[in-house]
Amino acid sequence: MSELLWLIPASPYAAFVLLALVGRRLPKWAIAVISCGAGGFSAVLTILSVAALPASGPPVLTQVLWRWMDTFGFNINVGLYLDPVSSVMSLVVTVVGSLILLYSTRYMEESEGYSRFFAYMELFIGSMLMLVLADNLVLLYLGWEGVGLCSYLLIGFWYTDPANGHAARKAFVVTRVGDAALALGLFLIFQNVGTLNIQLLMERAAQSWATGSSLATGVAFLVLIGAMGKSAQLPLQTWLPDAMAGPTPVSALIHAATMVTAGVYLIARTHILFQLAPAAMEAVAITGAATLLMAGFAGLAQRDIKRVLAYSTISQIGYMFLGLGVGSWTAALFHFVTHACFKSLLFLGAGVVIASMHEEHDIFKMGGLRKRLPVTFWTFLIASASLSAFPLVTGGFYSKDLILWKAWSSPVGGPALWAAGAFGAFLTGMYTFRMVFVAFFGELKSPFEKKTSIPVLIPLVVLAALSVLTGYLETPGSLGGIHLFSNFLGRVLPTMEAHHAGANELLLQVGAAGLGLLGIFIVYLLYVRVPRIPESLTAAGLGRALREFWFAGWGFDWLYDRVLVRPYMALAHVNRGDVVDLWPTGLARLSEALHVVLHRTQSGKLRWYTTGIVIGAISGIIVLLVIL
Amino acid sequence: MLIVFYLASLVAIISTLLVITRVNAVHALLYLVVSLLSVALVFYLLGSPFAAALEVIVYAGAIMVLFIFVVMMLNLGPAASEEERRLLEPRMWQGPGILALVLLIELGYVLFSGVGGPAPSVYIAPWAVGAALYGPYIIAVELASFLLLAGLVGAYHLGRREGDGR
Amino acid sequence: MSAIPAEYGLFLAGFLFALGTVGVLVRRNIIFMLMSVEIMLNAAGLAFIAAGYGWGQPDGQVMFIFILSVAAAEVSVGLALVLQFYKRYQNLDTDQARDLQG
Repeated sequence: MSELLWLIPASPYAAFVLLALVGRRLPKWAIAVISCGAGGFSAVLTILSVAALPASGPPVLTQVLWRWMDTFGFNINVGLYLDPVSSVMSLVVTVVGSLILLYSTRYMEESEGYSRFFAYMELFIGSMLMLVLADNLVLLYLGWEGVGLCSYLLIGFWYTDPANGHAARKAFVVTRVGDAALALGLFLIFQNVGTLNIQLLMERAAQSWATGSSLATGVAFLVLIGAMGKSAQLPLQTWLPDAMAGPTPVSALIHAATMVTAGVYLIARTHILFQLAPAAMEAVAITGAATLLMAGFAGLAQRDIKRVLAYSTISQIGYMFLGLGVGSWTAALFHFVTHACFKSLLFLGAGVVIASMHEEHDIFKMGGLRKRLPVTFWTFLIASASLSAFPLVTGGFYSKDLILWKAWSSPVGGPALWAAGAFGAFLTGMYTFRMVFVAFFGELKSPFEKKTSIPVLIPLVVLAALSVLTGYLETPGSLGGIHLFSNFLGRVLPTMEAHHAGANELLLQVGAAGLGLLGIFIVYLLYVRVPRIPESLTAAGLGRALREFWFAGWGFDWLYDRVLVRPYMALAHVNRGDVVDLWPTGLARLSEALHVVLHRTQSGKLRWYTTGIVIGAISGIIVLLVIL
Repeated sequence: MLIVFYLASLVAIISTLLVITRVNAVHALLYLVVSLLSVALVFYLLGSPFAAALEVIVYAGAIMVLFIFVVMMLNLGPAASEEERRLLEPRMWQGPGILALVLLIELGYVLFSGVGGPAPSVYIAPWAVGAALYGPYIIAVELASFLLLAGLVGAYHLGRREGDGR
Repeated sequence: MSAIPAEYGLFLAGFLFALGTVGVLVRRNIIFMLMSVEIMLNAAGLAFIAAGYGWGQPDGQVMFIFILSVAAAEVSVGLALVLQFYKRYQNLDTDQARDLQG
């Protein structure tokens, strides 16, 4: 089976090449078949490969394809490495990706650039698979950059509107900050352990770097910044809300399920580096906690349905970072799996809603969709429940609960982190169901035209089922004690022993679940029963100021604009003549000046030239006389 | 001998001076012929009768005659002389005069600061010249004939009038 | 009867050469310029003769013969050019031939 690993990323890449070269000449059904076929093929192959992981010994399948770089001790292979961590990631990418491709075959039908869309999507899936299957950091960086590129291409897909291009550039530039830090981290790693093969470097680092040394801390922080950029965490989160300018399937795949979780994957992959730097791990946890709170508040004030979901994504990834930061890699990846299912479902459902409301994004202009889009409503409701961690029957409950428990009980966690996560659950319930109640209940406020079809509805239903079922991969002791997921991952990831006793666990579970339900109930009251109250609260004064502050994402865009963008543009304006250019143009101008002076010596007159000869001869004789 | 040399040199110098200051081309050419003849005398005094003969026959007799032919062909009338007088302003002599003076001073310095041996008194017969020409310098003779052929062809081509047959 | 030192001959050659140079630089008429060039060539030949006299070898005269042939070739071509010049510009002022200016 390991000889076939290469087909997993190769199949989407091949589809990309095919669609890029001849896609424009193919009929739409052919494009749909090619892309869904490639996605489905990768998914099937991934499932088979995961099933073929060795049951005893290291659960790893590797395949080295060729030697990519080979100079002076810097040897990089193109190699694939399938172990439980990467299999979790690749299963999600391929399965969810295939479902979203199926959805897009009908959803994107009326847009121009049909083949271009699917080509970019295939390129994205291929690069994401490269990222998760890479056995060394350089190949991972290749996939990292590839998904960044595809994100840019797909956000700005409808490039004729300059606002889309602006959003795409913003995404690219902000993630670039992270990418640069990651590259620096790679340089440091190579310089100090001499290899960038992930398993090897972790071994060597564990042997030769002291825990808490400045080297380990520095490297871990650089990797963290790289993860922050890609996963839209504080302070590099500003690009994700604007990235909603892209088509909805793109938001579902890239900005909910896969690319933004690449940061989580990176930290989980290089966990030893983080374990060697406790300060960095603490930073990961604090980043996660701060982000989830900030994004929760911001999501509460948004009107655009996709922006609510964007801030929700930022917040949920904050939960994953929180899990990573307290040493529970397994919990973070579990939440990743459930989140991928319900968040992409939410986006796909939002896509149906937007399409049926003639591209209306504002939830306050929607309403009454409950009866008109039944399948969409019920799947959306299931996903929202999962997002809000509705107790016992949703996947999100089990995964969020696991993270909260680990935040409390881990040796490096504590009550403060748990409290942040619990309050975040409260906020999550509020903003999620605010969106549900306002958009689906009440009276219809804008023109409506139902736009659903089988290829669109099937993914919704499948993902809804997954949102519920994935929860049962890992249940806490008090609710059944299924540990399929942690057993699978525990073969390669360490677990940290619980700090506090198990009796508290039930209490904490009830507390967190209760907060979530409380949030839902409050929002039900405010938005369904007495809609006047939220409006009057936010009409003036503190309420209004808070709403606008949270609406603007805590003012980060404003801050970055003032502190970073404007000085840079001013500097560029000052240098618009390009100082560096002075050197060659200066030479040119010097020659021209010399020409103006010297061309007078060519008078064309014979006597002038003869005079020159005579003077030269005399000078020559004088020189000879002086020398001799 | 020395007296004759001084007289011949004087004539040469004066006539050359007159050559470069005349306005009429033919006058200048005639003065040039006088200069060449006096230089031929100097050649004889310097023990080179063959060279003296050649100077008179070839230089003064052929080259100068060629000059005169061309000048007469051009048919420059009195208008040309007037033109020439106008063009020849006294202040134009300053620069070249200074340059020539410097040249002369340098030359004098070089010649008379060196070690001067006893004045020789030689006589180089024509047969010695002939032997040298067809001995060590035979190659140069051949090359000189190439040169003269090239000059012949070039002069024929350039001197043609329009409308002549190819 | 005192013999003539070779340096005197050389000095005379130099003097005539200087005069020829002055002639080339001052005169604008092309015929006069050619004449001055002839003066200079002649002076060079005199220098060779004087040198050969100084060394007592016929090589000086041999060189003089070559100079003579060069002068002859040069004069014939030059005068042919003068004819063309006159045909083009209708006078013999070299300052008019400025097409290579700049």
